Amino acid sequence: MKMKKLSQVLALTALVTISGATVAASATMDKIKSSGAVTMGVRESSIPMSYTTGDSRFDGYQVEVCRMILSDIKDKLGMSTLRINYQPVTSQNRVPLVQNGTVDIECGTTTNNANRAKDVGFANTLYVEEVRIAVKANSGINSISQLAGKKVATTTGTTSVQLLRKHEKANGVNFDEVYGKDHADSFLLLESGRADAFVMDGSILAGNIANAKNPKDFKIVGEVLSTEPISIMVPKNDPEFKAAVNAAIAKIVANGKMPALWDKWFLKPIPPKNIVVGLELSPATKNAWANLNDKPAEDYVQKK
Amino acid sequence: MALDLGVFCKSTLDGEVVDHCFSSLFGLGQNADPSYLDWLMTAWGWTLAVAGLGLGIALILGAIMGTLRTLPDTGIASRLLVRFATAWVELFRNIPVLVQVFLWYHVIPAFIVPLKLLPSYWLVSIALGFYTSARIAEQVRAGIQSLPSGQRAAATVLGLTTTQIYRYIILPMALRIVIPPLTSESMNAVKNSSVAFAVSVPELTLFAMQAQEETSRGVEIYLAVTALYALSAFGVNRVMAVIEKRSRIPGFITASSDVAAH
Repeated sequence: MKMKKLSQVLALTALVTISGATVAASATMDKIKSSGAVTMGVRESSIPMSYTTGDSRFDGYQVEVCRMILSDIKDKLGMSTLRINYQPVTSQNRVPLVQNGTVDIECGTTTNNANRAKDVGFANTLYVEEVRIAVKANSGINSISQLAGKKVATTTGTTSVQLLRKHEKANGVNFDEVYGKDHADSFLLLESGRADAFVMDGSILAGNIANAKNPKDFKIVGEVLSTEPISIMVPKNDPEFKAAVNAAIAKIVANGKMPALWDKWFLKPIPPKNIVVGLELSPATKNAWANLNDKPAEDYVQKK
Repeated sequence: MALDLGVFCKSTLDGEVVDHCFSSLFGLGQNADPSYLDWLMTAWGWTLAVAGLGLGIALILGAIMGTLRTLPDTGIASRLLVRFATAWVELFRNIPVLVQVFLWYHVIPAFIVPLKLLPSYWLVSIALGFYTSARIAEQVRAGIQSLPSGQRAAATVLGLTTTQIYRYIILPMALRIVIPPLTSESMNAVKNSSVAFAVSVPELTLFAMQAQEETSRGVEIYLAVTALYALSAFGVNRVMAVIEKRSRIPGFITASSDVAAH
């Protein structure tokens, strides 16, 4: 009896010591280490950044970067295997899911802005997005100024909605906005003629066009409406995890892996349909690789 | 957690606090930038418009289809009408309402091109109205069939035509009987109107999704939207209660129910 009690006390002491030692470390990394699994937030139709290739498999530029990061963290934690659970997220639920810990690392197309940074942490940016306009090739539209009074599609729960509003106010024009519930839906609005233009991140536009029945029917036109850093989201109150992610990112960039990744996802045929997105590497993205940072979109002043 | 209701007084353009919370809707503020409160009210208007239009369509079609399903077998015409109404009910109540909304928005206009010219809130209202009409039809049929068969027989003996029997004898009683379930159904129409966000009607649900993304104040936004949905549904409930009370006939089938309309 006494013996049992003693061992209990010992076990308890050991437990306290262990937890005492790990309190300083990252809660997310603790969870990853103890469960042997990590939950990655992914998008379903953000080709080629983060999308499903069918059969609940996910892939893409951002997803592959995240897999590299997680493999680095796995090595750091001295684990032999790390199971990655993919959790599809939407524009609406991605921030809450990272906030409440359902998703450990979100690898989608989230714009790093000051507003969201109040709720979540952002890793260093590896992709700088330019918001553009997609139209039907035969529409004759070449600039946002030609969109006055036209139907403009965008996706609910994205920064582009507010961007359009600001543009309307600043230039005194009026768009007839139509909202798709996701990017595929917004593109369908353009394809079916319910919208004359689709304003969204360039990579998403290029991906959806590449995936369309007749990619030649659509083109991306006009000026860059906004420049936004797209970053990997991590929990906010876990600077150690963010530091580990950033260290992994620095290592990937230092090893010169980024140009090949760009080639693979933006310029070569990608699964599942072997389409080519065809988006050249922008100077802004190149600059982000050269000077790794987690500046929010507000710091990317529009270059005119 | 602390609620920050100030979010509703912020401008939807730059997130700055505006002079007057209703800055643009009633022209109260000096600057014309709309606040989130303005947007919320506009969104509420869209919800009420879609729900009202849908409910109007549903009540008319539901009453017609429910009545047709109870027609006596007097020949081929009446048999065809009964079949048609039965098919109507089975078709529209067996398909989820969101799927019906997508059908009306994306699929049917591809075949019937003029429908493309209809604004999306009309198409949603039609979808919502047809869906709800199937449910109302069943309630109307239940009301009609709950009447003693002697009513119809007595009216026939008096020499009334089928139309007259329904107009003067059966429907006045049956419709009074089905007011309580119709109240529920009308409130459902308000709540089901939230599917309209999926086809770009800027109503409360779409507002909630977009505004919480822009402001990061999801709790306040969703609380406000919840309150407005509840208020709208309760408003419908009160209107139906008044109708129930006004249309009550002393000594009539439902007159004994003083507890009704709660």
